[in-house]
Amino acid sequence: MHELSLSSAIVNTVAKHAAGRRVTVVNLRVGRLRQVVPDTLEFYFEFVARDSVCEGARLEQELIPARLHCRSCDHEWEIEIPAFRCPVCAGSDVAIASGEEFEVESIQVEEAECIAQR
Amino acid sequence: MHRTKVRIVEDALDANNTIAAANRADFDRAGVTVVNFMSAPGAGKTTLLERAVAELPGVRVGVLEGDVQGSMDADRLASLHIPVVQLNTDAGFGGECHLDANMVRSAIPALPLDEIDLLIVENVGNLVCPAEFRIGEDARVMVSAVTEGEDKPLKYPLMYRACELVLVNKIDLLPHLDIDLDRLLYNIDKVHPDVERIVVSARTGEGVDAWRDWLTRVAAPAGAMAAG
Repeated sequence: MHELSLSSAIVNTVAKHAAGRRVTVVNLRVGRLRQVVPDTLEFYFEFVARDSVCEGARLEQELIPARLHCRSCDHEWEIEIPAFRCPVCAGSDVAIASGEEFEVESIQVEEAECIAQR
Repeated sequence: MHRTKVRIVEDALDANNTIAAANRADFDRAGVTVVNFMSAPGAGKTTLLERAVAELPGVRVGVLEGDVQGSMDADRLASLHIPVVQLNTDAGFGGECHLDANMVRSAIPALPLDEIDLLIVENVGNLVCPAEFRIGEDARVMVSAVTEGEDKPLKYPLMYRACELVLVNKIDLLPHLDIDLDRLLYNIDKVHPDVERIVVSARTGEGVDAWRDWLTRVAAPAGAMAAG
């Protein structure tokens, strides 16, 4: 259900960088720990994008696996379920190496030829 | 027309985080500690607040009450003679299911910051969205009622990981439920190892002292928790 707010956040971030140019593709990096449902995000994105520079843009989502790193024993592993204790030393001093991303990596925009030519 | 790729690499929630930082600066300047109080609907947030804030010696408490609609909770808390500000989220499209930094920012002028030490922001009842949106808080607390089941930490890890304290509420109902408290505590620890937990019953008052102590501790100027 948070996909609606997240979609607005994406459109606002993109609009800032698009500088008025029409956006055709938005490349998004989404960590597995963000609990984002890709289809739902896509659905809301299309809805929220209406009447913005993102209208009609395709949302490409790259899912980033959740990897943890144990600061106590240096073990690094990938998790499929939310279990955050180190499976080797049972320690709790565990850092998230990846999986919390929710970032706009890049966008594809349409530019008029006259602007691009030097 | 041709197409160009523009590299951005920006957290899509940066805009919210920037406003949250501005809120935090305002609260810090006023010497107010802010607690973001979250849970599913009906877990007992308002009752736990009523129980705690009525007796917090030396700490002047204010509450920012977030709801989609209505002021039932704010009215309950105002009867304790503390400053309460109601923030309804239904002005937005469909009624936002959480408070974000901007909504809290809009409420700051209405808050008597120079008259309080501790501001508790009761978020909209929801186990998903509030975890995503920082509001400028010092610490985050969630309520997990035993009636919700043992599996909730595994289903909503984002929320259980987003807080510094988990209040396990409604333990007076355990005799009537097929819930294994140890299993629930185990699951909380699995998702958020070593997170602080207080087992309480807002109804009987069991554990409420520990909850008050925790609030008193975070409200102390030198003891404000660094929660990022």
